[in-house]
Amino acid sequence: MMKKLLTADQIEQALNKMLLDIIKDIPQDGSFAIVGIRSRGEVLAKRLCSTIEGKTGRKVLCGTLDITLYRDDLNAPKGKHQPRVQATEIEFDVDDKFILLVDDVLQTGRSVRAALDALTDMGRPKTIRLAVLVDRGHHELPIHADYVGVRAEAPAGQSVKVYLMECDNRDEVVIE
Amino acid sequence: MDTEFQWRHKHLIGLAELSRQEIEFILDTAKGFEEFSTRSVKKAPTLRGKVVVNMFFEDSTRTRNSFTLAANRLSADVIEFTKTSSSVNKGETLIDTARNLEAMGVDIVVIRHSAGGAPKLLTRSIKACVVNAGDGYHEHPTQALLDAYTIRQAKGSLDGLTVGIVGDIAHSRVARSNIYAMNKLGAKVIVVGPPTLMPAKIAQLGVRVSHNLDEVIEELDVINMLRIQFERMGGNMFPSVREYSHFFGLTLERMKRAKKDILVMHPGPINRGVEIESEVADGPNSVILQQVSNGVAVRMAVLFLVNQAAAVHN
Repeated sequence: MMKKLLTADQIEQALNKMLLDIIKDIPQDGSFAIVGIRSRGEVLAKRLCSTIEGKTGRKVLCGTLDITLYRDDLNAPKGKHQPRVQATEIEFDVDDKFILLVDDVLQTGRSVRAALDALTDMGRPKTIRLAVLVDRGHHELPIHADYVGVRAEAPAGQSVKVYLMECDNRDEVVIE
Repeated sequence: MDTEFQWRHKHLIGLAELSRQEIEFILDTAKGFEEFSTRSVKKAPTLRGKVVVNMFFEDSTRTRNSFTLAANRLSADVIEFTKTSSSVNKGETLIDTARNLEAMGVDIVVIRHSAGGAPKLLTRSIKACVVNAGDGYHEHPTQALLDAYTIRQAKGSLDGLTVGIVGDIAHSRVARSNIYAMNKLGAKVIVVGPPTLMPAKIAQLGVRVSHNLDEVIEELDVINMLRIQFERMGGNMFPSVREYSHFFGLTLERMKRAKKDILVMHPGPINRGVEIESEVADGPNSVILQQVSNGVAVRMAVLFLVNQAAAVHN
């Protein structure tokens, strides 16, 4: 059973709602940077980045994090899908930055845990904040998002899938 | 990102048995490890708690250090095993040595051996993953992978390129692995060397054979200069070192006739002034040190993938 959670318009509204809060918190000293978790988080990070640049008129650092090497299930893979290592592309120094970490869905919190480890291996950011499009609950770690597009109740057996124009040719969030 | 393609091999013995897709998958994975050496913490927890043993029955600095560094960067523990300081000197067989190491909980065995087929033999007697770091005249897969990686980095793709492999083809596992890799990735290979250093049936591997470097130098996009392996040559394979370098050495003079953007490669260690002139080895077309850096990324990818395959299939 597939249930539509968000349409393209609702995704845009959710991102805009998050943006209002994010912009209020951006430090004015140029230390702000956005890092997206591959691969849907990367797309959302780029969208947020260009919107913030448009609104503030200032260039925003933006990078992509590949967390494969930091996953906690590498030695106990589930299903037939194999994680694929890709490059982390963060061209700037993360030391002393205010970093907005972006992912599409927050569920167990394990991806975010991996991302925090990966980021801190690259340096010592001053602050790391988390923004997610959908927080669907079922957290398994004490990790919570600072900026949330929408909160959704999805039954345990089902997953929340985010489809984005840049990689899936459509903007849509479904529960399946 | 999860992909449909699955890496299934818990051992890496040679490139002869891998498909183009599998070779490209290793190279793509290595890309993810490339930026590691520029980080402040050059380490990921990926193989934490895993034990890698470097079993080197032959001398090596580059390959062994490269594997050690690769394993360390993935947080594995590494045991260094060398023939001279081990019970092999007391008469222990290869398999007994490996079984004993395995009994201590080794997960990945990286092996270099003077006998072709030694790594394959190990896969039948132990459960750990086996990675070939060079066996006899058979294969040296990680060297060919890092060569392919370096070419891809510089030229984008190997499709349609002409690659020259020059020197002692007969005694070279690097040549053999390179021939498999280059052919599978779409490049044309010309092997160049004196008839005494050319195996009789080498053309069966799908390569062109030349005994004259001057005849082919203008066609080459990549030239891979093999080391003259004095330690492996029992008899007189060529009249003198001077004559060899006159006919087959890569000199500045010869470079003038080569393509402007020819890539000069060498698996190391270099005999300066024998197979390659110093000015060429250190010149603008040389990617010899780039090969060494890429070797670490490629070996990280290999260790990561064999361990993944073992985790899935156990």
